[in-house]
Amino acid sequence: MSEERAGTAGSVPDSGEPMLGLREMELNFGPQHPSTHGVLRLVLKVDGERIVSARPDIGYLHRGTEKLFETETYPMVIPHTDRLDYVAAATNNHAYCLAVEKLLGLEVPKKAQYIRVLLDELQRISSHLLWLATAAIDLGAITPFFYTFREREVILDLFEDYCGARLTLNCMRIGGLLEELPPGWLERARAFAETFDKNVDEYEDLLTENRIWRQRTIGIGILTAEQCIEWGVTGPPLRGAGFKWDIRRAIPYECYAELDFEIPTYPNADTYDRYLVRVAELRQSRRIVLQCCDWLLKNPEGEIRGKTPRVIKPVAGDVYASVEAPKGELGFYLVSNGGNKPYRLRVRPPSFINLQALPEMAKGHLVADLVAIIGTIDIVLGEVDR
Amino acid sequence: MTDETKPPTPPPPAGDTTPPAEKPAAEAAKPTAPAPAKPAAPAAPPKPKGPTANDASSDPVVQRLAAALPGAVLAAKELVGQVTVEAPPEKVPEVLRYLKDVEAFTYLVDLTAVDWKARAPRFDVVYWLHSFAKGETRIRVRAGVADGAACPSVAGVFLTANWMEREVWDLFGIPFSGHPDLRRILTWDGFAGHPLRKDFPVEGVDTGAAIYPDHYPDGGGPSVKDPLKKVVS
Repeated sequence: MSEERAGTAGSVPDSGEPMLGLREMELNFGPQHPSTHGVLRLVLKVDGERIVSARPDIGYLHRGTEKLFETETYPMVIPHTDRLDYVAAATNNHAYCLAVEKLLGLEVPKKAQYIRVLLDELQRISSHLLWLATAAIDLGAITPFFYTFREREVILDLFEDYCGARLTLNCMRIGGLLEELPPGWLERARAFAETFDKNVDEYEDLLTENRIWRQRTIGIGILTAEQCIEWGVTGPPLRGAGFKWDIRRAIPYECYAELDFEIPTYPNADTYDRYLVRVAELRQSRRIVLQCCDWLLKNPEGEIRGKTPRVIKPVAGDVYASVEAPKGELGFYLVSNGGNKPYRLRVRPPSFINLQALPEMAKGHLVADLVAIIGTIDIVLGEVDR
Repeated sequence: MTDETKPPTPPPPAGDTTPPAEKPAAEAAKPTAPAPAKPAAPAAPPKPKGPTANDASSDPVVQRLAAALPGAVLAAKELVGQVTVEAPPEKVPEVLRYLKDVEAFTYLVDLTAVDWKARAPRFDVVYWLHSFAKGETRIRVRAGVADGAACPSVAGVFLTANWMEREVWDLFGIPFSGHPDLRRILTWDGFAGHPLRKDFPVEGVDTGAAIYPDHYPDGGGPSVKDPLKKVVS
């Protein structure tokens, strides 16, 4: 594998010598650049085609979400969390509900736990599919887009049938869920998961051994495990650097401890390995979906909501709860003063913190590779800017 | 129906099948009667008061920290299994350096602030750390910072603190001394005020950037003619 990888590395080798050596030029990248996935602006210093430094300039999508949290009662906060990482709303809902439940001392019924995990994993699949489509399209591979959106559509249809929304789900409640799954829903989710492995094979056929894809991604945007930890980078970038850490296993929440799945890691810490990690996670999430569907089909009885008090007033104190979102560790730090509104609610946004490592990853690469590097971090500006 | 209920009730061997048939029916009715009452009971009085905070000065990490850095631990408490150490702000870089190098808390999870408005040191700056070697263990460090006073930066201890401290500066106005690049991050350069302070109005302030001041107030917020205008502060 290693010789093969060396042979395909297609980027211009960095000899360390200045490219033009005349003068450095400042170049604006974004905020309206299509491959920045939103309104990310990068101020680049370039020497010829090579990036000397990259300075992210964020905040174009700042909506004051954390300020708004403080004006809403606890249940009213949930729809606001949808708008953070708007392609993975279920995990946002989940992390927030976990934080409030911890401070209330609420127990979530087993059935609700399984449905939550099921929704989370479907959400992870859809988020990774969107990432795969856009990251590939940024590098000129248009075909995977049509394949991944075909499956993503099935998942969004499932979400729509469950909660009426396709993106901003608002699907969880403090203490459990709002509604039961509609009849026939589990069978459809299961049927999707059963064939999904074949779909992932199709994406891999298009990209994994694709010479252009490999040349554009191998050796690009290296961030080692030590650097990841120093920069607080979590999620697929950390696992793509060979560090086996996933909150679902490290700090298990809900029923993850009962489920059988693996944490895929790859050692080379580059864009290609982060791609492999996400593809492997698609397959693992599919396994979890199957297990959750089977469990729920076997145990149709049970409550979907714990003993949530009608007026939610947690004790005064502070609590932090986090989940493994598709982008990394997503946490909510809740400070309560005993009232019915959060006194302070801080989001630990994985996109924001992972983006901070971008200058480190981009240094010395070509401007064309910057597109691959932005794609590989998998940011959503709604979460970066909040 | 009566035949089905007979096998599980062997003790009364007498021929009359009606009493055992009635009995299960009564028993079946019994659980259903309190069942609807059960979820209602905790709803009326919020009986489960929730978790309570405990003193955590006996936690081994806290004890070692207090022994290694005298004066660094003012108090320690535990709530739902999460340990918080109170430290004076000037000691925070030292505390984090110790936790990182000696106790292997190598991952700074997050850093933020809380505005307590009327309290004596107005702000709390909160750091929480994770150790990959210690399983689920995390530790939180909290430092009270007065309004206008600087808090020493920990960007030299954890690179990731750079943007987090910039965000706290931007939204709370707590300056971090020794920070390599303390600029606003989410709002723009030249923005007046620090939005997450409790005295910053939710509906916005005059930033002088309004394009149609007749309809929309300077600095954004709802239109002056909006009948549903919501003003919270």
